[in-house]
Amino acid sequence: MKKKENMKLNLNTQWDYAPAPESMDHIKIQKRYGHFINGEFREPVNGKYFDTINPANLEKLAEVAEGSKEDIDLAVQSAKKAYNNTWSRLTGKDRGKFLFRIARIIQEKARELAIIESLDGGKPIGESKNVDIPLAAAHFFYYAGWADKLKYAFPGKTPSSLGVVGQIIPWNFPLLMAAWKIAPALATGNTVVLKPAETTPLTALKLAEIIQEADLPPGVVNIVTGGGQAGAHLVQHPEISKVAFTGSTAVGKKIQQTIAGTDKKYSLELGGKAANIVFEDAALDQAVEGIVNSIFFNQGHVCCAGSRLFVQESIQDILIQKLKDRMETLIVGDPLDKNTDIGAINSKPQLEKIKKYLRIGVEEGAQLYQSSNSLPNIGYFCKPSLFLNCAQSHRVVQEEIFGPVLSIQSFRTAEEVIIKANNTPYGLSGGVWTDKGSKIFKVADQIRSGVIWANTFNKFDPASPFGGYKESGMGREGGLHGLMPYLTLN
Amino acid sequence: MKREISYFKGFDRTIDEVGVAERTQKFCMRSIKKESKVEGLKLALSMIDLTTLEGKDTPGKVSQLCHKALHLHDQIPDLPHVAAVCVYPALVGVAKKVLIGTDIKVASVATSFPSGQSDLKSKIADTQFALDEGADEVDMVISRNEFLIGNYQLVFDEIARIKEVCKDKHLKVILETGELVTLDNVRKASDLAIQAGADFIKTSTGKVQPAATLPVTLVMLESIRDHFYQTGKVVGMKPAGGISTAKQALQYLVMVKETLGEEWLNPERFRIGASSLANDILLQLKKQETGFYQSLNYFSID
Repeated sequence: MKKKENMKLNLNTQWDYAPAPESMDHIKIQKRYGHFINGEFREPVNGKYFDTINPANLEKLAEVAEGSKEDIDLAVQSAKKAYNNTWSRLTGKDRGKFLFRIARIIQEKARELAIIESLDGGKPIGESKNVDIPLAAAHFFYYAGWADKLKYAFPGKTPSSLGVVGQIIPWNFPLLMAAWKIAPALATGNTVVLKPAETTPLTALKLAEIIQEADLPPGVVNIVTGGGQAGAHLVQHPEISKVAFTGSTAVGKKIQQTIAGTDKKYSLELGGKAANIVFEDAALDQAVEGIVNSIFFNQGHVCCAGSRLFVQESIQDILIQKLKDRMETLIVGDPLDKNTDIGAINSKPQLEKIKKYLRIGVEEGAQLYQSSNSLPNIGYFCKPSLFLNCAQSHRVVQEEIFGPVLSIQSFRTAEEVIIKANNTPYGLSGGVWTDKGSKIFKVADQIRSGVIWANTFNKFDPASPFGGYKESGMGREGGLHGLMPYLTLN
Repeated sequence: MKREISYFKGFDRTIDEVGVAERTQKFCMRSIKKESKVEGLKLALSMIDLTTLEGKDTPGKVSQLCHKALHLHDQIPDLPHVAAVCVYPALVGVAKKVLIGTDIKVASVATSFPSGQSDLKSKIADTQFALDEGADEVDMVISRNEFLIGNYQLVFDEIARIKEVCKDKHLKVILETGELVTLDNVRKASDLAIQAGADFIKTSTGKVQPAATLPVTLVMLESIRDHFYQTGKVVGMKPAGGISTAKQALQYLVMVKETLGEEWLNPERFRIGASSLANDILLQLKKQETGFYQSLNYFSID
């Protein structure tokens, strides 16, 4: 019989998977993209462009226009004209037709979009193909269905659109976030100026091509690329009626300050530090899968990631042993390889931020564990990482890292873990793992976050509302609730 | 001395079916191409228990099957041989005669296969007969009727007793998971069989549908893994029934690789009970070599 500490599985097997790269034959990326304003691509007013790169090999993919105040102004004017002259005059049924058309074209081009998403953002092709792109299409389909049923959505009220909405989206789910923003805005009769994230503009620009192909009236959707400056100009523009933002809590707070005193509506979907709670009576092997999915999905670049794991003390050793063995089988590498589980970190600054937190955690006295997988020589990559023996007082427990880094704490009773789970400025999501239904309701009821998953994690559906409590944001996206931020109800 | 089932920590874990299904789906999404495909297929071939378990089996049929085991497809060089031939006790002698002097083992089903509906005395006699005929391995069935009414200790004792009879010969314990129905039951039966002394646990007889499935096999592998974590003892696994294509075989190998790892990726620890799988693997291997699918008429059927 082996000694207990030697009972480690050898998961580094002789039989291994050969590289299985996705073919890129029919992918079309232009050398250079302008802004998409009034139905056509046009050069930026100041003539400036910046590069967007592939974070997995640092190669340049394309040049995109750097949005200035003048570009934002042109886009808002175009959106305003489209709102007044066409879009607000269409029936809900006709708006729905356009949205259905966009949804169908996304499905037709799903493979190309998935590959470009992985090229530009670094996420594994399996995730782009099976999660991002199908969900983006599903959101358009879902809100297309609402377009002609708004008065049934809010009985006794008269819903009316707002006008031009400014939308700013993050780099973790580029096309999906564009869909989350554009679909409900158009369904409710608004027109849009969208600013994609600086590091991941390409699928939004492909979406602009799809919008052209769908014959959407010019100006209904405008896309201006650029960095934080372009975003700030959009938020400040006097002629937008609403700001919809997904991104960091810091920027969210800045947006609130900027629009204070104006009558602009806003909805914010911000950071998170979700508690994922595993009780001793949970199905442990499936809980391990859930933990992997909650923190290593999309390299941990997920605002609702379950980045704080709470494990009941009686099962702590075995659960962590299982988790460590499972991490050995995660393949970190080329995002375009079909077998990759963890792709590239989205950008250099993000990788540096993650590394900074890895140092902080060690300095604080948490015990760092990383899988033994090898990393590619070039590109931005990070091993899946655990911090063991954490406490609420650790910064790696308190602050959002937005990477494949999980902090683990033990707990003894449900009462204790509920208090700790709520002991955070965030409140976006959470997870509970137990075989006992009553325990699920007891815990889920008392945790203040917008979403709680029971015996699963990171499940999304367009019909389900999503959004945060506390500093994780305001307003809901998805479902019937997702219509409200884009309407006034009289 | 009578042994009792010990309810160690982690014994009899609850299983979440939705989570199991999601995990098995991920195994199926692994892309196995080129050299890893060829290697995997050869590995799978070497793990096959070439099986015939029909009332109509005769000495002629069984010796033809043994010839197939010896000559899978001689046109492909460097092919491994299958792990074993699996037959009824009465035909063990016939198989043994053809396979004598080779590395191919003869496995025999026993204990009133497939239903297990008889008394312990006849089950022991059945097992002893198979061993006397020269069986290298015994595939026994558990008493599902007793399991389902909660007589776990009885099921445990039967397995322990049959293992005593088998001595150093490998004992595979068939759970017949299609009759246990829930994954919670599959887990409980796996833990029980392993504790009672099984060298291998096996999904099914092939007589009940569903037979081997990926979720059921995963739950059994996880039971084996927990036993390893707890004791360091390595128990083998044999899915049987319903695995007929090379693609399926590779999915099972992916599951073993990512659940248990190197120590289980060999015929000593992992077997696949099948009759038609071998020819599909041969067809795929030939395709990898030539780039074309050959007519099935080029592959011998026995």
